[in-house]
Amino acid sequence: MKNKLWSILFHLGMLLVAVITVFPFWWMLCASLMPSGEASDFPPRFFPETFTAEHYINLFSRLNLGRYFLNSLLLALGVTLFSLLVNSMAGFAFAKFRFRGRTPLFAGLISAMIIPGQVTMLPVFLLLNKMGLLNSYFGVILPTMASIFGIFLIRQYLQGVPDSLIEAARIDGAGEWLIYWKIILPLAKPVLVTLALFTFMGSWNDFLWPLIVLTREDLYTLPVALSSLLGEHVQDVELMMAGSVVTVVPVLVVFLALQKYYLQGIMIGGVKE
Amino acid sequence: MKTSRYAHIFFLAPALITLLVFFFLPVLAALLMSATDFDVYALGNFGRARFLFLENYRRALEDPLFWKALFNTFYFVMVGGPLTILVSLAAAVALNAKILRFRKFFRLAFFLPVVTTLVAVAVVWRYLYHPRYGMINYLLSGFGIEPIDWLGDPTWAMPALILLAVWKNFGYNMLIFLAGLQAIPETLYESARIDGANWWQQQFYITIPQLAPTSIFVTIITIIGYFQLFAEPFVMTQGGPLNATLSIVLYLYQQGFRWWQMGYASSIAFILFFILIVLGLVQELVRRRINRGGAV
Repeated sequence: MKNKLWSILFHLGMLLVAVITVFPFWWMLCASLMPSGEASDFPPRFFPETFTAEHYINLFSRLNLGRYFLNSLLLALGVTLFSLLVNSMAGFAFAKFRFRGRTPLFAGLISAMIIPGQVTMLPVFLLLNKMGLLNSYFGVILPTMASIFGIFLIRQYLQGVPDSLIEAARIDGAGEWLIYWKIILPLAKPVLVTLALFTFMGSWNDFLWPLIVLTREDLYTLPVALSSLLGEHVQDVELMMAGSVVTVVPVLVVFLALQKYYLQGIMIGGVKE
Repeated sequence: MKTSRYAHIFFLAPALITLLVFFFLPVLAALLMSATDFDVYALGNFGRARFLFLENYRRALEDPLFWKALFNTFYFVMVGGPLTILVSLAAAVALNAKILRFRKFFRLAFFLPVVTTLVAVAVVWRYLYHPRYGMINYLLSGFGIEPIDWLGDPTWAMPALILLAVWKNFGYNMLIFLAGLQAIPETLYESARIDGANWWQQQFYITIPQLAPTSIFVTIITIIGYFQLFAEPFVMTQGGPLNATLSIVLYLYQQGFRWWQMGYASSIAFILFFILIVLGLVQELVRRRINRGGAV
């Protein structure tokens, strides 16, 4: 009897926490569908009285949100593609080649992870300026595509792949590139999905770097556009919420579809030793 | 068996060259810049920058705004960090409880804020914190609490950002703790129960010590992340009111990209870097001590 009561209380407590974590998204969605002014009523509404899509229409027809969406998408896909290639190659080398300096080189990379990105921000900005890559997608992609975390992730996974597979292919006369392309990549599929997911979400959600590199308005990504929209439309709660929905929903959908892989990434990254 | 002696170079080159060009060399360049008066005039012609040695660092030490930003960032890290870790640990223990049903649902719900876009979430919370029609004041009024001007009052602005950060980030640490909890052998708890240990004693003498390595890892990534506080004040308060939420990175951004004081901004970046290195060393020492303690 006492146990039953305790269990009910426990589940109610958990439900309360879940409500707290989900409620801001619920309110965001509801407010985005309210007619102008309804979201700033007092007392606040938990549900729209009448539904309207006007803010979404407004965002896409007048405020260029389609373009920002496309910028975010192309950038995230671009970073992901390059990051998969570059980091899987390096991860393969660290996991499967024996060469001088391998251990100290890898250890050095891992300890460099403590260097905050803000330290390199100013010189990289100047470098991109010299290269003429400011206000271009490549200005965002190039500095972010190689990631120490990505190399680490791939290496950890490939260390579990038996060497005999590679040896056998070598005896059959396969070159290293063929081994990488035909054996390693297919075997590493799960961890590649994990890395792709982390990279895509990281790029989609990133703010500081696109803010600095992409200052031309037609190149804004969604987070940058959202933050600049706030300047003019801070009173248009419903419009801002519609913009937030458009920003958040794609990344949520991608996460929900592939959450299994995301969790695996946290396990590999978190239980390192 | 014929493998090229240099094949590894081919595979390493793309990643290492980009890391070198866009990460390691820029660290050195930043160190150099931090010793110059690199500003908007030097932007067009690098030769215009003059060498100042440690002048920028001295300037930082005498800059009240820098101290304000440093204080605010420490406030955010020292209050927000432990709070986030405690909430994520409690959530992980709760998610790991045997009596829990709908486990996957709760795990997903707790984790949702982590994957969503920080800027969008900050925009949403800006309205939730609104002094007049915001949902948070409305709910608090149910407990008889007077409306609080969360983002407009220098006393409350930082706590408001901390609350948002805990909400946004605890799910990530929670999953790492959960993995740590699931790695603790069940037999430890069984024998403790046979010895008559109650639930609290089991948590205190088994769960917490067993989770020590995980806790260090979680602490360090949380602290490093929190020291880089930027988007929340940028979107929600612009560092205000009265600079109450001006963070180091926001100040660095303003100095570097608004006033083009890139030399001075680099020295601020290096002070941040130095703080993180000291923390990294402390973490390493703690880890060694715990490892040694565990072996005895």
